[in-house]
Amino acid sequence: MVATLTRIFGVHNLALAEDVVQDAFCRALEVWKFRGVPDQPSAWLMAVAKNRALDVLRRERTALRFAPELAQRLASEWMLVPTLEEAFEPHAISDDQLRMMFSCCDPRLSENAQIALVLRFLCGFTVREIAAAFLIGFAAAEKRIVRAKSVLAESGGLFAIDNRDDFTARLPAVQRALYLLFNEGYHGASPESAVRADLCREALRLTRLLLNHPPVATATHALYALMCLHAARLGTRLDASGALIPLAQQDRSRWDVALIAEGEQHLDLAATGDAVSEYHFEAAIAAIHACAPSAGETDWKRIVGFYDLLLRIQPSPVVELNRAIALGESEGPERGLAALRAIAGPERLAEYPFYAAALGEFELRCGRETAAHEHFQTAIGLARSPMERRFLELRAAACEEYTAFPS
Amino acid sequence: MSEFIYLYRGGDTAGAPEGPEAHMQRWRSWLEGLGAQGHLKDFGQPLEPTGKLIAGKSKTVTDGPFAEAKDLIGGFSLIEAADVDQAAQLAHGCPIFDTGGAVEVRPVMKM
Repeated sequence: MVATLTRIFGVHNLALAEDVVQDAFCRALEVWKFRGVPDQPSAWLMAVAKNRALDVLRRERTALRFAPELAQRLASEWMLVPTLEEAFEPHAISDDQLRMMFSCCDPRLSENAQIALVLRFLCGFTVREIAAAFLIGFAAAEKRIVRAKSVLAESGGLFAIDNRDDFTARLPAVQRALYLLFNEGYHGASPESAVRADLCREALRLTRLLLNHPPVATATHALYALMCLHAARLGTRLDASGALIPLAQQDRSRWDVALIAEGEQHLDLAATGDAVSEYHFEAAIAAIHACAPSAGETDWKRIVGFYDLLLRIQPSPVVELNRAIALGESEGPERGLAALRAIAGPERLAEYPFYAAALGEFELRCGRETAAHEHFQTAIGLARSPMERRFLELRAAACEEYTAFPS
Repeated sequence: MSEFIYLYRGGDTAGAPEGPEAHMQRWRSWLEGLGAQGHLKDFGQPLEPTGKLIAGKSKTVTDGPFAEAKDLIGGFSLIEAADVDQAAQLAHGCPIFDTGGAVEVRPVMKM
C-alpha cells in the first residue's frame, strides 16, 4: 500500500504515504472494534487508503509537489479519480511493490538497511517488529529506518522496472536481500517463532512478485526453489518447547510435500538457462535433503559435490564448514574432523558456534567424549540466541551421558 | 432491565501495549462477551474525531474537536443492565483502560 501511494505522491513524499496508510489502518481498527473484521480486511484497507489518498490529493495538490510523471493527471479533477482507480488495480499494485522493492535495495544502503526498508514498506512491519526480528533495540531500528528513508527520498522517483538494463543490474541486490530476509526468518535470532515464520512467508511472497515479472532470471527460480525447499521443513524445526531439532531427527512425514514439489518444479526451471548462481547449488542441496527418506539415506556424496561447486563461485568459511560436515557424514567422522581442521583461516569461524559444535559432534561420534564436551562448551559460549544455547547445552549433556554410562 | 449508553472517552488503539490489532480483537471479544450475556442491545458506532460545534443564539459554527484528546468521545454502545451499578460493573472489562481511556456510563432516561 505504501508502495502504491509512494508512486502517486512521489518518493519525496514517502512520509505522507506512510501517514495515509497508518491513518487508514487506525480508522479500520476503530470501525472493526464495533462492527467486526470484514471478510477481506486487506481489500477494505485498500479502499480506505484510496479514499484518504483522494482527500490528501484534493487538499494538498496546490501546496505539495506530487509524482512528476503523474502531476498533470493529478492536477485535473476530471482525471484524478480514474488515475487513482487505475493505481489501485491489483496488477498496478504488484508492479508498484516491485518498483518499491528495487528502490529499497539501493546500493547506497547496507544490506541490513535494505531489508529493514523492505519489511517496513512492503511487509508493513512496525519499527517494533523490525527491532524484534533483528534482535536490536527500538531506537537502533528506528535510526536505521529513518536514515535509509532519507536516502530513498533523495532518489527522485521509484525504480524504473521497465528499463531492462537497470532491472538486470539491480536484480542481484534484490535477490540477495530476499535471500537474507528468508534466512533471518529461518536461522535468525528472534526467539519468537511467529516472527520468524512471518519473515519466511514474506520472503516467499516477494520472490513470487519477481517470478511474475517476465523474463524471469534462472537465479530467481533457484532462489524461490531454495526458499520452498527450506520452508517445507519450517514446522518441524522446533519442538513444543521451542528448542531446535536437528535435521536428522526431524519428523520427515510432516514436511510440506506441496512446498517440496513447488521447489523442485522451480529448480527444474532454474536449470533451463546457462547461468548458475549460488542459489542453484544451495537449492540443489536442499532438494537432496528434502527427497531423502531418512537422514541415513541422504546422498551426502552429491551434497559434498554441490558444496565444492558452490565454493568455486562463493568462497566462504561457512560453506567450507558445511562441506566438511557433509564429508564427515559421507566418509566418517575422522574424515570430517580432518576436513574441519583443514579449513583455511579457521579464525574466520572463531565466533561461529557451529564450527565448534561440528568439531564436538564428530569427536563424540569417534568416542572421545571429553574432547567433544570441550568443543560444545566453546560453542555454548558463542551462542547467539537462547534457542542456539539450549540446543548446544543438550549436545554437551549428551557427551556427559556417554561418559557416565560407557557403552 | 434498563438501558444505558457507554460513551468511550479517549484511549489510543494505535499505541496499545499489546499492539493495535490485538487490542482491537480484545474490544471485539469484550463486546461479543456482553452480547452473549444478553447485555448488549447495539454494538454502537465509532465517531470521527472531527466535526462542527454549533452554539449560542447566533448559532455560531466552529470546527471540532470539542474536547481534549483524552476526553474526546470516540464511540458509543447501547447496553442493557439491571441498574447503573451493574452497568458500571460490566464496563470493567473494557480494554480502553489499558490505553488511558475512560468509559462514561449514562442511564437512558425513562418516562
